[in-house]
Amino acid sequence: MFIVNYIKEVLSAVRSLLVGLRRTGYYFTHHKEIITEQYPDNRDTLKMADRFKGEVVMPHDEKNEHRCTGCTACELACPNGTIKVITKFDISPEGKKKKAIDKLVYHLELCTMCNLCVVACPSDAIVMAQTFEHSVFDRASLTKILNNPDSKIMEGVE
Amino acid sequence: MWSLSSISNAIHTWLNETFNPTWAMIFEMVIVGVCVIGLFAVLGLVLVIMERKVAAWIQIRLGPNRVGPKGMFQSMADTVKLLVKEGMTPNGVDKFLFNLAPLIAMIVAMLLMAPIAFAKDFVMWDLNIGVLYVTAVSSITVIGILMAGWASNNKYSLMGAMRSGAQIVSYELSAGLSILTIIVFTGSLNISDIVLSQANGWWIFKGHFPAIVSFVIFIIAVTAETNRAPFDLAEAESELTAGFHTEYSGMKFALFFLAEYINVFIVCAIGATLFLGGWMPFHIGNWEAFNHIMDYIPSGLWFFGKTFFLIFLIMWFRWTFPRLRIDQLLNLEWKYLLPISMFNLLLATALAILGWHF
Amino acid sequence: MVEEIGNTTEGDLIINVGPQHPATHGVLHLIITLNGETIKKVEPHLGFIHRSIEKMCESLSYRQFIYVTSRMDYLSSHINNHACALTVEKGLQIEVPDRAKVIRILMDELTRIASHELWWGAMAMDLGAFTPFFHAFRERESINDIMEETCGARLTMNYIVPGGLMQDIHPNFQKRVKDFLSLYKSKIHEYDELITGNIIFQNRMKGVGYLSPEDAISFGVTGPAARGSGVSCDIRKLYPYDGYENLQFDEILETAGDSFARYMVRIREMQQSVRIIEQLIDNIPEGDFQTKTKAVLKLPKGEFYTRVETARGEFGVYIVSEGGTTPYRIKFRSPGFSNLSALDKMARGEKLGDLVAMMGTLDLVIPDIDR
Repeated sequence: MFIVNYIKEVLSAVRSLLVGLRRTGYYFTHHKEIITEQYPDNRDTLKMADRFKGEVVMPHDEKNEHRCTGCTACELACPNGTIKVITKFDISPEGKKKKAIDKLVYHLELCTMCNLCVVACPSDAIVMAQTFEHSVFDRASLTKILNNPDSKIMEGVE
Repeated sequence: MWSLSSISNAIHTWLNETFNPTWAMIFEMVIVGVCVIGLFAVLGLVLVIMERKVAAWIQIRLGPNRVGPKGMFQSMADTVKLLVKEGMTPNGVDKFLFNLAPLIAMIVAMLLMAPIAFAKDFVMWDLNIGVLYVTAVSSITVIGILMAGWASNNKYSLMGAMRSGAQIVSYELSAGLSILTIIVFTGSLNISDIVLSQANGWWIFKGHFPAIVSFVIFIIAVTAETNRAPFDLAEAESELTAGFHTEYSGMKFALFFLAEYINVFIVCAIGATLFLGGWMPFHIGNWEAFNHIMDYIPSGLWFFGKTFFLIFLIMWFRWTFPRLRIDQLLNLEWKYLLPISMFNLLLATALAILGWHF
Repeated sequence: MVEEIGNTTEGDLIINVGPQHPATHGVLHLIITLNGETIKKVEPHLGFIHRSIEKMCESLSYRQFIYVTSRMDYLSSHINNHACALTVEKGLQIEVPDRAKVIRILMDELTRIASHELWWGAMAMDLGAFTPFFHAFRERESINDIMEETCGARLTMNYIVPGGLMQDIHPNFQKRVKDFLSLYKSKIHEYDELITGNIIFQNRMKGVGYLSPEDAISFGVTGPAARGSGVSCDIRKLYPYDGYENLQFDEILETAGDSFARYMVRIREMQQSVRIIEQLIDNIPEGDFQTKTKAVLKLPKGEFYTRVETARGEFGVYIVSEGGTTPYRIKFRSPGFSNLSALDKMARGEKLGDLVAMMGTLDLVIPDIDR
């Protein structure tokens, strides 16, 4: 009886190993199952999901106008102090003072892509871009100014 | 059958005519030495790229594909990297033993090349106790490993070396017993004789059940002896970082690495010689036409084909199975492999005496 | 014998595993006293990845602090966020729309599967089998793609906000999840073929690292690690939140208490998660994904505690509020810390090779232990 059990034990052990070998043998011979993405080579075809949170950008239209009113809601919403809004006062043609942004400074190196600033913005001035290759040689170049030079606020955005 | 003996004989005669016999002998030795080192380098490169490709395909990856066509020169690039790296000797190590250990591992692997028949009439040293020589010399490997582990002055290295010692000493037994099964059939320890005895069929077919069992045991035992997964306890990565070669870097590490692959090649060559007929083409009984076609394939191709098939088997094991624990490793040897191979040897002896094998 | 184990005697080997070691999956430092190959004592040393997250949270508002919790147990970051949002909602006494609740549960269960996939691969790798790691990542990758499409990130989503969700689900979400389920079901048998059924693996796991139910309770072990010892502790069943009470699923219990039991709990739990997803994926109610909340959240004075079941066990969030916009004190009860404390008990008298397996079955995530 001992011998029978012994042989059964050995055979079932060998069987379990063969099952595993069959599985890996299947993958060895079926190269279409390969899942490797050859990243820098497929850069042209690589499409990120449209909600992917890559970095905060401020869209400008063709007239170089943005929607930011300089309300600092994003600055308050940010947990890390990533965004700094520097405001100035524009003098409108009628001679009225109007608050506008001078610079919207964005520190990419501090950003955790939590999306809270985008949600907080009342005028949808900032959005998340789908870029993902952020590495640079100089840390200073991670500090970005989101509004274009000489850009103005769009008509009708309060 | 086409043979390399004409070339080697021509060289031998020319050397003896040109120089006196002593110098001819020395020149022949130099030629053989250069050949061995060359074979070493080529085998190391080929086996490393093969291992990486096998691993990649099993793991649904592409594997190395940057250097050269389909990544085939990757291992050359790796070698260059290892060559230019600093070979560190850490403080507190036994400097002499530490630097000697990789050389021992390497020299043992080189010595093992001597009696192997690579093709028809192509043996470095046609020794009449070739198989015994291989089993004897291969057990020196453990000294290199123990030396490395002890001299490194590192607890991981020491544990790895101790595990390796226990493992190699145990698995020598069943490897030896499974080799004996074939020796019983052939009645000779000479590798050339063993190959010639398989002219009418390989031992794995001729030897019935015992040959198959001893083949399986041989493969398991040599996997353990060469410290390959699932028996890679000596360098168990997740437990001992890198085991006995934790402290080695640069070319000293590369020598261990190379020695491991060469050892795999040699045990597979022995396996191919004993069980799969060495350089002997595949012959089936009386099918003259078929046998004749088979003879046209060069004998060296047969040998390397069979060896690389066995190497592939061992690589396949490595990338499929989890690692054993040290006590299970010894259990497997002493409670399963050793009794089975002893019984198997008995059976084989009975078969050989009764002459029931083909 | 019991006296002998635990006291260092001459000839014992004390080795440091970590903080930089391939077995610890992070920066855990274990000081192990060995007698030959047998473990006499395991002393975990923590603090290598301490980022004082609790203190950080005290200076952040109730909307802001949630993102930090993703960085604790990064494999179940979504469930951590869920717990924080639940606590804040409890304090504000706001009700979340049904749609948000269902999506939260769907995401939780997807996260749980992804976490267990990674654990499966990593544990097999600890045991020396390298191939399963890549096979597990194939399935995990498709979950990550779903997450990326809906939440915008793969690991630290920050998708849950107090009051609901940050965005509605992506239009493709249901189709992608169904695709994943069919992929997962076509691959699940491979797990058994490669690892579960393998004789070497079973011998490595069975009867190793025994944790009795009493010890599990007294060490505060929760999650699959405790359920492997037969301790019923699934928060989803015992204290259901966000609609888990309406779902059909089983709490997986194994009674053996060894490494293999803990392994099987996780493997079977993945199938229960699939079951939950199947119940919900076609029944996402219409409606808002968020209730209107004030721009600045202020919790009333008081103490609030919620617990959820993460992939590793019970995760609790404790907020003390003084009535301001930031919490006065936040304490996280992380499952990894308590689970790690049982390691010494489990490991004594076992072999060094099995320590790695035991750590694997506890499924330790080091940033979760240190916070």
